[in-house]
Amino acid sequence: MSAMLLKKEKWPEFVEKLAGKKLWAPGADGDAMRFAPVTEGETPALDFNNTRVPPKEALFPQTETMYRFQLGAEEMEEPQLEDETVLLGVRPCDARAMTIVEKLFRWDIDDPYYVKRRELVTVVGLACSDPGLNCFCTSVGGGPASTEGLDLLMVDLGDNYLLEALTEKGETLLESAGDLLEKADSDAVKEKEKLVLEAEKKIKREVKTEGVPEGLPGLWEDPLWQNVSASCLGCGTCTYLCPTCHCFDIQDETEGFESRRCRMWDSCMFGEYTLHTSGHNPRPTRRERTRNRISHKYSYYVDKFDVIACVGCGRCINLCPVNIDIVEILKKVEEAL
Amino acid sequence: MKTNGNPYIPHTATVEETWFETYGERCIKTFKVVFDDQEVRENWSHQPGQCAMIGVLGAGESMISISCSPTEGKFLRFSVMRMGKVTQALHQLEPGDKMMVRGPYGNSFPVDEWQGKKILTIGGGIGQAPLRPIVEYVRANLDQYEGLTMIYGARTSGDLCFKGEFEEMESCSDLSCHLTIDVEEEDWSGNVGFVPQMLLDLNPSPENTIAITCGPPIMIRFVLENLKKLGFSDEQIYTTLENRMKCGIGKCGRCNAGGMYVCKDGPVFSYAVLKEIPEAFA
Repeated sequence: MSAMLLKKEKWPEFVEKLAGKKLWAPGADGDAMRFAPVTEGETPALDFNNTRVPPKEALFPQTETMYRFQLGAEEMEEPQLEDETVLLGVRPCDARAMTIVEKLFRWDIDDPYYVKRRELVTVVGLACSDPGLNCFCTSVGGGPASTEGLDLLMVDLGDNYLLEALTEKGETLLESAGDLLEKADSDAVKEKEKLVLEAEKKIKREVKTEGVPEGLPGLWEDPLWQNVSASCLGCGTCTYLCPTCHCFDIQDETEGFESRRCRMWDSCMFGEYTLHTSGHNPRPTRRERTRNRISHKYSYYVDKFDVIACVGCGRCINLCPVNIDIVEILKKVEEAL
Repeated sequence: MKTNGNPYIPHTATVEETWFETYGERCIKTFKVVFDDQEVRENWSHQPGQCAMIGVLGAGESMISISCSPTEGKFLRFSVMRMGKVTQALHQLEPGDKMMVRGPYGNSFPVDEWQGKKILTIGGGIGQAPLRPIVEYVRANLDQYEGLTMIYGARTSGDLCFKGEFEEMESCSDLSCHLTIDVEEEDWSGNVGFVPQMLLDLNPSPENTIAITCGPPIMIRFVLENLKKLGFSDEQIYTTLENRMKCGIGKCGRCNAGGMYVCKDGPVFSYAVLKEIPEAFA
């Protein structure tokens, strides 16, 4: 597919060309960055590390209406999902996460909400030149310029962005901004390769996954689970901010006679998540919940979908209030195997 | 089937009949329901062991075992214990009211594979609800099976579900029905004692037999132990699991036991599969 160059000063014009589509890009949300719809005339800045909240909410909103109804009536009205959306500045790990989660949402029965949003979205990625302290994407099948899940990859070359279309959607987007772009020469491509290599070298954290998917169930009663979960508060941050966590709750909300059935992010780190109505809980403590979180990502998901459900973005490490570190947990798993 | 493409949208059904199986705080009410839409009604097909998400708009949905066999007719039956928000709302429903139903979900008991075998069901309390479809299915196809033995227990005689149906069974020579309650009661002529012990006392031969059990986790654990003592192989033992569920189609995440989703990979598991899942009896 074609590689083009965009001069950085033409970035605002490039964004203008996308007018008419819904744009989502990283923006400041308090002291953190979070993907949010771009308002008209605004030019999203791309000089950020990764966002605190992953862009998964563009496809899987934190709370979404499944259908509306009137109390006492039987008609159910589904929301119309028809806005074409462009996600700008998605890091390669988060784009990979979308393809991983999509496997589940398309497993046997399609989840209509996720699948529709996925079809309507064009994902414009931004390669990482300066990975974070706790990034470990290269250990779990990704990389600073991995293209999985992306329609278009942007690489910051200093004065220019290198734009590589990866899918038809990406090509279409490039065509629509054709007059702003120049064809990238081989020097630009070489420069990109050099940048990517340098970025890879900056990734210091590593997990070893060999033997882990098959070995995890055998560590069921290992004392490591007690050790790694002892300080856990059960706050759920690790799962809410995880780009591959996809669990949800379904609840009915009513105001007057107007009702909706909606779904919202849920977390396997909460006791209520598995609590039976009888009071029995198959995962009564944070030990079992932590064991499930790790086993789900590194074993069950691999069994079902042949891919680890962790992209190494490091958010759960960066933002855990008690410094629980998934890389350390996996180190203990490896030692115990 | 008519689903308008969205698997989360339930079908409307009308409650035709309701009755109480048990009374008290955690009473169990049975609902016989029929889909309103003719196409849905005609195309619906379920197998013994499957479940459905049933609910009331505005209150929510719960995964409940379909407690009738498809051989009984073009209707569904659910026996629901009044426990939480959704089941309380369901208990308000009376004949003529609307119930929302989507499904059927999960795998089913391999009743075709079991042809030519003796069927032994071992149930406790509300755990009889998913076993009832097997009992009814075998009764309707008695020529294909070598008979059916049913062991069923509850805390008190008042906690036994489907009582009226057992008397009928006792008059048929291919069927035997053994009831037990945990503590002695006046006017109770049946067995007194726990279900796992009654299983040992009856001493059924494992030869050409399939044993299916469902009940409280503690009962299942001891029933499995005792079935092994009686010489049943792992492949001859089946159970059906339950876990908290929201979606019913393997998306919402919560019902997994190890790597298995109870809603899709289950709820029916053979012990041969189950014993490899460390979380299965948690």
